[in-house]
Amino acid sequence: MNYRMIGRIIGQILGLEALFLLPPLLLCLCDGDGQAALGFTLSILISSAVYLLLSRLCRRAESGFRAKEGLVCVSLAWIAMSFLGCLPFVLSGAIPNLVDALFETVSGFTTTGASILPAVEGLPRGILFWRSFTHWVGGMGVLVFLLAIIPVSGAGGGFTMHLLRAESPGPDVGKLVPRIKQTAKLLYLIYVALTVLNFLFLLLGGMPLFDAVCNAFATAGTGGFAVRNASMAAYSPYLQTVTTVFMLLFGVNFSCYYLLLMRQFRSVLRDEELRLYLIIVAGAILLITWDLRGLYATVGQALHHAAFQVASIISTTGFATTDFDLWPSFSKAILMVLMITGACAGSTAGGLKLARALLLIKTLRRNARQVLHPNRVQVVRNNGQAISEKVLEHANAYFAAYIIIILVSFLLISLDEFSLTTNFTAVLACFNNVGPGFEGVGPSCSFAAYSPFSKLVLTVDMLAGRLEIFPILALFSRGSWTYK
Amino acid sequence: MKILIAGAGKVGSTVARQLSSEGHDLTLIDSKQEVLDHALERFDVMAVQGNCASMEILRQAGIADADLLIAATSQDEINLLCCLSAHRLNKNIHTIARIRNPDYANQIYEMRETFALSLSVNPDKQAAAEIDRLLKYPGFLKREPFARGRVEIAELKVAEGSRLKGIALYQLNDLIQCRVLVCTVLRRGVAVTPDGSFVLEEGDRLFVTAATDDLARMLKNLGIATRKVRRVILCGGGRIAFYLAQRLLRSGITVQIVEQNPDTCALLANLLPAACIVHGDASNRELLESEGIDDCDALVNLTGMDEQNIVVSLFGASRNVPQIITKLSRDQSNSVLASLPIGSVICPKELCCNTIVRYVRAMQNQTGAAVSLHTIADGQTEAIEFRIKEGTLHLDEPLRDIPLKKNLLIACIIHGPQAEIPSGDSRLILGDTVIVVTSRRNAVHQLNDIFA
Repeated sequence: MNYRMIGRIIGQILGLEALFLLPPLLLCLCDGDGQAALGFTLSILISSAVYLLLSRLCRRAESGFRAKEGLVCVSLAWIAMSFLGCLPFVLSGAIPNLVDALFETVSGFTTTGASILPAVEGLPRGILFWRSFTHWVGGMGVLVFLLAIIPVSGAGGGFTMHLLRAESPGPDVGKLVPRIKQTAKLLYLIYVALTVLNFLFLLLGGMPLFDAVCNAFATAGTGGFAVRNASMAAYSPYLQTVTTVFMLLFGVNFSCYYLLLMRQFRSVLRDEELRLYLIIVAGAILLITWDLRGLYATVGQALHHAAFQVASIISTTGFATTDFDLWPSFSKAILMVLMITGACAGSTAGGLKLARALLLIKTLRRNARQVLHPNRVQVVRNNGQAISEKVLEHANAYFAAYIIIILVSFLLISLDEFSLTTNFTAVLACFNNVGPGFEGVGPSCSFAAYSPFSKLVLTVDMLAGRLEIFPILALFSRGSWTYK
Repeated sequence: MKILIAGAGKVGSTVARQLSSEGHDLTLIDSKQEVLDHALERFDVMAVQGNCASMEILRQAGIADADLLIAATSQDEINLLCCLSAHRLNKNIHTIARIRNPDYANQIYEMRETFALSLSVNPDKQAAAEIDRLLKYPGFLKREPFARGRVEIAELKVAEGSRLKGIALYQLNDLIQCRVLVCTVLRRGVAVTPDGSFVLEEGDRLFVTAATDDLARMLKNLGIATRKVRRVILCGGGRIAFYLAQRLLRSGITVQIVEQNPDTCALLANLLPAACIVHGDASNRELLESEGIDDCDALVNLTGMDEQNIVVSLFGASRNVPQIITKLSRDQSNSVLASLPIGSVICPKELCCNTIVRYVRAMQNQTGAAVSLHTIADGQTEAIEFRIKEGTLHLDEPLRDIPLKKNLLIACIIHGPQAEIPSGDSRLILGDTVIVVTSRRNAVHQLNDIFA
């Protein structure tokens, strides 16, 4: 294990976080909110101190950074980041309980959007801004951001691929361009451009500046922290529609945008995952609209709410324009399925990812055929290209781990004796980074009622879901630690 | 620059390592996914799996906006087709192909236009030329020519009982009575840039810059016998052996080639009527003894298996063969090997890689680019030859006033026909050639990069 290199990278991440904490501090100072400003100042000081300490201790890092180090480094970085990120909440007194603050921060960084706060409107603006900003930072990944700005040292630069792979979602992470730094820059460029576009559209619709910034961040990271108690219901239908569109856009694989920039329209149109995504979105909207026909005055209204909720759930954002917990069962069932599938790989959305679902279905089909023709040799393809057995195996293992973690967490949090639906959707909503579930954790409720133990279980679920399980599992594997 | 490398084999990945660390955008193409996965783990590059000679795959790899294609697959024909296809898709692309088959050697030269080749490299031929040079100048482990052969950097080992042992470098020139410069010392696997007070120990490997004529004098004054090589045993009858035998025979040296495969033996016997081709296993002691290993002048191990080459070289050393040369296809910079008495080590892929890197640097910067480039000291140090042109900084200033980067020194300045080992009073003069020796960590791509 190359501890020094890991220490150095985590130090750099915390240094970055200190920088990220500056805008909310400025906001607090503008508002003259002394308590919150103090919280942020202390957090910045602590982050910088840890950064300096780590960069001092780990000055002489040897090379040799393999897959194992990549996985451990990414999960440790996220944990460290979450602990320091929750300090402003605790120190400012907005969320005095450490477990609650940690839950809220992890929920922010992992772009879940599940909250323990029953009402947010009374909180200082700096705190609200930080909550939304964590979504934006966590959405594309902070290590990817680091890769975009740090100089990668000469030979053996391949190691950075392990970091990219460990942090980016999807079954088969690749680069857009040969240089990892360039790839990371491109990803962030697309991310920033889409966020700014979203922000401008919101401003045009008359949303207040502060709300527009926070909502743009929350949409971009597909997070779902709102700055109003009523979430998105507080805004005009135009603003809701804009958010619908952008939530769907942020659920698309970012490499599609790169291909669009490169004017390779045909390969975007033929992308199997994108097609599946669009088909599922359209199908879900139509079915729910049909199911809601009696609930709203006009079909148009039903369509509007159905579209918003579908976009919000499939992109795992978790905004709501209406309390969809009051919807008929069939609509709720559809939303629950969407929670599990999630959107495209390589986007900021969570969930199982459609690319992985496609691979699972294709493997299933192959194995079904194999039963009929035992000697048949078959290759699984995606977009016309053969998928290696390694990737398929990994997808299968991922799915198994996914199911097991859901079941175990479900059992653990059921100790709190809430209803089955509440507990099960709470796990789904956290593990898939969606945010709201149904019944007790529905869009109009919060996670505040759970015991601290359940909150910790859900916190780990959120992290495992965002980092796609294996980095977190690597932390618990003895092989990661025993030998050098 | 955007560079495609077809074939991620030995040469491909060596080139990829070097070019990637120099900041180029690389895309590797190979038909085997495992090879590509391995490369992705080590280098910051992109990978495309498929047949590199097909236009479809080349397009996928982004041939349209690439500046250079390096075709280094194991098959010459594929390399040529790859270059042809690439040129069809992008008229401005430069292409380098690895061509190894001796049958094509002359043809390639005549058909360069037709095949749209900017450069063809032949690792085997280069290795043969290198071995040839070593054999004609025994006493050195390795020799790298600069300035069209007027200056060389030679590698020398401080053996047991050598007169160099315990000598500080400032005494060296008096001892050998000619001016040379020790530019790098490899001590226990680590390259050091020495100063005058550096004391040599047994087992050190020195890299000495000197005018070619001074090298002979140096050997003589050190008491290292330079007897002429008359009879050489080559183990392994591959391409390198063929090229090497051709050269050696031409200069009147007796050549014996031991080869295991009877068909290859027949082929060689046909192509090289003057050589003695022996069918048999080179790792068989009795065979080597009966071929006269005890009184041959040099033993060159060129089989395809590194392990066998090493073992046979060790056997040769135990029989006191005066000069031993070992070819290694895998990693040359292996500190375990440095302690073994296997003589000079030749690594064809490194030689080939140097040629390609030199071409890339020349492409990158038309003015002030390196004229030649050699990696020495197990790849830890680079020796680069530059021409001093207009635009070079610090012209006509005495060297002692010029700030240079750390771990870097100017090893030689060549004014017209005369090579000068620089002192503090030497100056950089327009039109001269300089040889710069630098640690690999300094990125020196053009002459002005040497100044701090």
